[in-house]
Amino acid sequence: MATEELVKVKNLRKHFDVSNGLFRKKSIVKAVDGLDFTVYKGETLGIVGESGCGKSTTGRLLMQLLDKTEGTIEFDGEDMSAWSKKELNKRRKDFQMIFQDPYASLNPRMIVEEIIEEPMVAAGMDKQERKERVTKLLDDVGIPDDYRKRYPHEFSGGQRQRIGIARALALKPKFIVADEPVAALDVSIQAQIINLLVDLQEEYGFTYLFIAHDLSVVQYISDRVGVMYLGKMVEMSESDELYENPLHPYTQALLSSVPVPDVHHNTDRVLLEGEIPSPDNPPSGCPFHPRCPIAKEHCKETMPEFRERNKGHYVACHEV
Amino acid sequence: MNEIWYQFKKNKIALFGLGMTVMFIIFAILAPLIAPYDPYEMSTSDSLAGPSLAHLMGTDQFGRDILSRIIYGTRISLQVGIISVGISLVLGTLIGLVAAYYGRWVDMVLSRFTDVLFSFPDILLALVIMAILGPSLTNLMIAIGIVYTPIFARIARGAVLSIKSSLYIDAAKSMGVSNRKIMWKHILPNSMAPLIVQVTLSFAFAILAEAALSFLGLGVSPDTPSWGIMLSEGKNWMETAWWIAVFPGIAITLAVFSFNVMGDGLRDALDPKLKNESS
Amino acid sequence: MADNILEVRDLKTHFHTNDGVVKAVDGVDLHVEKGEILAIVGESGCGKSVTSQSIMRLIGAKSSEKVSGEILYHGEDLLSKTEKEMRQIRGKDMSMVFQDPMTSLNPAYKVGTQIAEMPIIHEKKDKKSSWKRAIDMLTKVGIPSPEKRASQYPHQFSGGMRQRGVVAMSLACDPDLIIADEPTTALDVTIQAQVLDLLRKLRDDTGTAIMMITHDLGVVAELCDRVAVMYAGKIVEEGTVADIFDNPQHPYTQGLIHSLPKPGSRERLKPIEGQPPNLHNLPEGCRFQDRCPFVMDVCREKQPELVPADKQDHQAACWLMGEEENDGDGRTGESEEPEKTF
Repeated sequence: MATEELVKVKNLRKHFDVSNGLFRKKSIVKAVDGLDFTVYKGETLGIVGESGCGKSTTGRLLMQLLDKTEGTIEFDGEDMSAWSKKELNKRRKDFQMIFQDPYASLNPRMIVEEIIEEPMVAAGMDKQERKERVTKLLDDVGIPDDYRKRYPHEFSGGQRQRIGIARALALKPKFIVADEPVAALDVSIQAQIINLLVDLQEEYGFTYLFIAHDLSVVQYISDRVGVMYLGKMVEMSESDELYENPLHPYTQALLSSVPVPDVHHNTDRVLLEGEIPSPDNPPSGCPFHPRCPIAKEHCKETMPEFRERNKGHYVACHEV
Repeated sequence: MNEIWYQFKKNKIALFGLGMTVMFIIFAILAPLIAPYDPYEMSTSDSLAGPSLAHLMGTDQFGRDILSRIIYGTRISLQVGIISVGISLVLGTLIGLVAAYYGRWVDMVLSRFTDVLFSFPDILLALVIMAILGPSLTNLMIAIGIVYTPIFARIARGAVLSIKSSLYIDAAKSMGVSNRKIMWKHILPNSMAPLIVQVTLSFAFAILAEAALSFLGLGVSPDTPSWGIMLSEGKNWMETAWWIAVFPGIAITLAVFSFNVMGDGLRDALDPKLKNESS
Repeated sequence: MADNILEVRDLKTHFHTNDGVVKAVDGVDLHVEKGEILAIVGESGCGKSVTSQSIMRLIGAKSSEKVSGEILYHGEDLLSKTEKEMRQIRGKDMSMVFQDPMTSLNPAYKVGTQIAEMPIIHEKKDKKSSWKRAIDMLTKVGIPSPEKRASQYPHQFSGGMRQRGVVAMSLACDPDLIIADEPTTALDVTIQAQVLDLLRKLRDDTGTAIMMITHDLGVVAELCDRVAVMYAGKIVEEGTVADIFDNPQHPYTQGLIHSLPKPGSRERLKPIEGQPPNLHNLPEGCRFQDRCPFVMDVCREKQPELVPADKQDHQAACWLMGEEENDGDGRTGESEEPEKTF
């Protein structure tokens, strides 16, 4: 695997002020609360976690769709927050996003051609070049060229996601954040899209940040995987290592909770007690301690450091 | 478009509303051809004549043919409707769009402003504006236009807010599309449906408001064939010549009813379409 | 057969729309045995939810909805019942758990009140004993401090809790069949695991049969006893979970199972190519023909019926089965063909 850094995230935080009304108590949701990780060139880094863990917020922060509260994001060695608005819009061609919901991510009143062309128009490409690029992109994602004048509602979910992928590829980005790109699709279609994403990466060599809640899909597609819980990264390692040798008790529980489509599979299930705490009032210390089967007294007080335990295997837990 | 028409067609009352609207438009355009008499022509010998074969809806105190005046009145009503609703639509949409898209203090200021306008009773507000501008048909249309601006601003703001959080807006942003372009290409076209519906509904209100203001003597000059003025004058003769007030009254009711049911039908026809698109 | 709680014969649910007839369910036969968990599995639009709603008679009241066939609940045809009779059955004998726990509880009433309503309506119990029943039910579904929770409103419950609340409501009158329509789809994995565990325990303790509508093969393998696989309004394969996962016979079932990434494997996925057919415009013959790797001429002409595959209670609707049956005696390597894809 390449070891050249593409995206470097340091102490990234995003806090949302959700106090409503003027006189209510201030209420802050710490959606992302101190992330440190690196995405290397050419790899696929998977991010998994349950709802409210901050994985989508992380993707949006990297895409500069949200302003961070604290920390730095370096892209290709440059601090993204140092870019002016104009500079940012110019640089956006290098990092693009594939969205979860192929029904909501395409403007219903634009035809396929306009949708795919839009980033090229924004980047100032001329018309002839754009038309040719659309033809190539449609071919790349497997949409027949004579569908280019159609509207999104004439396509199925899988085909719409292909259009969304073509749009993300339009400017030949280096980095693609895929936020739950197959979650809204049926199983048989999911596999088509996953294969497409893998093929495109092989052909064009870009880097993925693959955000999903489906652990088996993430394991399949990722080189490395990070596990998030309540705005924090609790574990990160090479994909196979993580799935075979999970160190954090949350990762262990999460992996064992996934129903396996195999009747001979032995479920040695770690059933977690309780629910995910609300991120506007996270527990003190390690956020996982109220549900953790091995929590000790000090887990309630101090947040464990995110440390390298084995080579390339990071975990944030006192008891490991 | 076909889908909308298909849905709309199923609603018989809305279809009736559409038919009546088309009829009013034809009346307005072809008034000189359809009207049996000149609406301004007075005839002392025929004054206060009841409905008869010669004058289907009778005549007023000056002997003017009521039917002809009602037919010509559609011109004023439609003109007032189109222009004043046009003013509200453009102003309101602009305010709503800017408020919702930029949010924060821009939204605060614009929303409070529209709230203040909104809190006045319609007619009272129109009266105040007319009092400032002075009575004339143009000022009347401006006044009505301003009065109905807050409704459009609110609807536009709501629609924009919901569309602003759509994924395709995020997608456009992530591609580096400028704010202005996002507003014009993505947000505005997708917010039009509720606004179109409001246009038909406000059209009815505008006609009513013109009638009311003219009735109060703040609209067009008294000899103009306007439904409101006819109604206003007719009230003085209610006991001796009921037809002077009743027929314009029926015309107003019919027009308002038609626009309303058409708006309702349009709303229902547009709604499932939007649902289909998002699910 | 005597132990069948529910038997559905030739169920057809057709919707008459502007663009023609949508055959959402088109000739479904199935049965639910006492105390078993039957999975109805399939992708969106295959008719699995419509099947369950037709059984509950939640579909069929409007003139645009045509439900035909037989739905025998303990031998009585539900399709001939009046709406009033159905209301007696729903919630008491058969109850339903929906996908979205957010919308299946009324936000204006306390959770306990909503559960207690069931015995009040169906068993004419008084308020006090019903409230006690509600608390018992909440205890049963594993909600901590049930007395306190019963007096709370749905918004004070988290997603997983709410779904437990809905399950508690469905259990309140001790039904012998629960129809659960994607009950864990809206939940997170760790919470899903809790709810699946709960459903399994309930079946073991109370003997309530569960008809589980799901798209998740993992859930099927974990929880269910028997499986019916639906595709474009028809059941294409039916058998025990072991039959379906270890020895799938229908090319669609095989395709579904192969579409999933195998844990630890980087082998290229084998998707089912193409898209499901448009229900407005179904092809002549087998509905899977355009996506099927083994399609034959007969598939384009005639619709296959469910026939026993490798054993009597493992059925598949595929002409490959017919072939196997026809050459039952002198069968050669040819009939092995579908299995080569493993």
